[in-house]
Amino acid sequence: MAILMTEPAKQHIAKQMEGRGKGMGIRVGVKTAGCSGLSYVLEFVDTPEPEDKVFDQGSFNLVIDPKSFLYLDGTELDFVKEGLNEGFQFNNPNMKSACGCGESFHV
Amino acid sequence: MALLQISEPGQSPEPHAVKRAVGIDLGTTNSLVATVKNSTAVALPDINGNTLLPSVVHYTSEEKIVGLEAKHNAAKDPLNTLVSIKRLMGRSKQELEASAQQFPYEFVATESTVPHIKTAAGVKTPIQVSADILVELATRGRESLGGNLDGVVITVPAYFDDAQRQATKDAAKLADLNVLRLLNEPTAAAIAYGLDKGENGLIAIYDLGGGTFDISILRLNKGVFEVLATGGDSALGGDDFDYAIMTWIVGELNDEAISVDNLTPNVERELLDIACALKEQLSDNLTATASYNNTSLNLSRDDFNQLADPLINKTLLSCKRSLRDAGVDKADVDNVVMVGGSTRSFRVREKVAELFNCEPLVNLDPDRVVAMGAALQADILVGNKSDSDLLLLDVVPLSLGLETMGELVEKVIHRNTTIPVARAQEFTTFKDGQTAMAIHVLQGERELVKDCRSLARFELRGIPPMVAGAAHIRVTFQVDADGLLSVSAEETSTGVVAEITVKPSYGLSDEEVTTMLQDSFANAEDDIAARALREQQIEAEQLIEALSAALALDGEALLSQEEYAVLSSGIDALKHAHNNSDADTIRAEVQRINKLSDTFAARRMDNNIHQALSGYHLDDLGSMGSDSIESAASEK
Repeated sequence: MAILMTEPAKQHIAKQMEGRGKGMGIRVGVKTAGCSGLSYVLEFVDTPEPEDKVFDQGSFNLVIDPKSFLYLDGTELDFVKEGLNEGFQFNNPNMKSACGCGESFHV
Repeated sequence: MALLQISEPGQSPEPHAVKRAVGIDLGTTNSLVATVKNSTAVALPDINGNTLLPSVVHYTSEEKIVGLEAKHNAAKDPLNTLVSIKRLMGRSKQELEASAQQFPYEFVATESTVPHIKTAAGVKTPIQVSADILVELATRGRESLGGNLDGVVITVPAYFDDAQRQATKDAAKLADLNVLRLLNEPTAAAIAYGLDKGENGLIAIYDLGGGTFDISILRLNKGVFEVLATGGDSALGGDDFDYAIMTWIVGELNDEAISVDNLTPNVERELLDIACALKEQLSDNLTATASYNNTSLNLSRDDFNQLADPLINKTLLSCKRSLRDAGVDKADVDNVVMVGGSTRSFRVREKVAELFNCEPLVNLDPDRVVAMGAALQADILVGNKSDSDLLLLDVVPLSLGLETMGELVEKVIHRNTTIPVARAQEFTTFKDGQTAMAIHVLQGERELVKDCRSLARFELRGIPPMVAGAAHIRVTFQVDADGLLSVSAEETSTGVVAEITVKPSYGLSDEEVTTMLQDSFANAEDDIAARALREQQIEAEQLIEALSAALALDGEALLSQEEYAVLSSGIDALKHAHNNSDADTIRAEVQRINKLSDTFAARRMDNNIHQALSGYHLDDLGSMGSDSIESAASEK
């Protein structure tokens, strides 16, 4: 298992999955875009693609396509609160640089 | 680090593309701000968890206070505490004098027709006061969304005329907000309930707030709302219910010392609070209890109904009148939307249902529903929602993008994006003085040009000569509902445009699409390495380019022979690394050469400044001021 999730992240995903009422898990991934190369993807999954890797997390599945997996190996997904703002954050050891706002990054 | 939210499948926002948009309900009594998070509209709370912001501003000589705290000051300092300012928006002094309404403020005589109110913080116009409320709401939005707002939608009553709408826009401008649209409050409520998704329909919006009642009859025709009629009572609301209950309480107390006509303000406030509490209890319970001065008070729903019915009947009369004005029959009304805190009252719902003979929509918070509708509209207008809210026709089977330096593919529209879609991205020139740009449109998931499918090529000419990276070329990819791709490139300073139209799916079978996709997964690792290498090579090329140009220009003047030799051999080393090494080695080499050239860069900078300033005396410089020094420098 190469993607780690903190307890708050797991709980929050489980809660949001429940609130949404459908779907089999969430997808994490990367895509090439943005000012510094790559950006993260975080989506609900209704039906996984055939090439996807699926990891059982108990109350939900973690879905990653094989290409993104290369970039995300060893990454920790965390849920944080910053004042009024709250959301998910990837702590990616492969990341070498990020743009100023942190929305995109380089490996 | 930006924080992420979980998106619906295929709707991950593009980095930097997510626009922060909020909807603002700028109300007479209360205002609030909402935004769209995870495809649902939510009202944004302040730091204490309150979503409602009382539309009250208290001015003192030192500061202005907006909201709840200001409201508490209303009784203490009525002249400097401005409430219900919305009633003054867009109204001229003459109109105010002619109207029956009395305002407790000190108006200042001015030439202008806009009323000026004297406060401890100086003279204020209604527009400035509204702007202060907007600033407070926008700050909440900024803090909650983590950045500046790209656009707002502000709601106004359907009966607002042009002057009142313009005043609202002016207030937003003063608050430094980008108004995407003013939206009618009843329309916003209908949107919050998703009624705009239907084709046609007749909708009644029953809005009973704290101090005002509005009824609007809307017709929905092919997704467009038309206001057929509005009506209401600007002096009828929840407060009147409280007052009626208070009268009842006074009767229950049966105390000769207390009568409705001789209550002190404090006692009246106290009794009104009890009345309000009783009213709210009845929304959930059949009886409500409270006590005052050891007298216990029991208000049953039936008692309340008797008190409330005369008031509710007045609203129903307005409804009937509006229906008549609209020229429609009440049986034709498809939906009734309840807005405003007072519609929580069980009796109000019952009577409205009875009149229209259909169950009113009540499952959204009636205080928030207008702001939520505005937020949904803002989200669409700002461009976050282009896809799902339009007719869902098809998706792009493979990503569409263009070639960037180093034979890399920059994807502009990602696969599985629903069409129609338009995405724009800015590119720039690679070389100094570059006047043309080749646009190579590609399709596919791979990182390198040679692995993707070439769709079209065209050139943008007439870019004014500038240093590398200074030109702004905006490239727009647009796929229409028929799947037709048009790509246009525009140099933004001169406006020169070039464009081309292609049909991307032409000649591709399903199997070919599948093969292209599988390839991209099978070759993922190689592609990543190739991309990393190419990116570093481009860095190196840019450095070689810039350094060679600088050396040719003033290398000999500013550098000693040894220094010159070091740098030019550095360029050679970098060229060698560029051709023969892996990404990490090139990266290290680029950093090394960058460091070597630091002194040279510093000297060039000094030299330029020196040249710019020579011929001026220090005294001249002092009197010139900093602006003119800058312009002198830039003329060189």
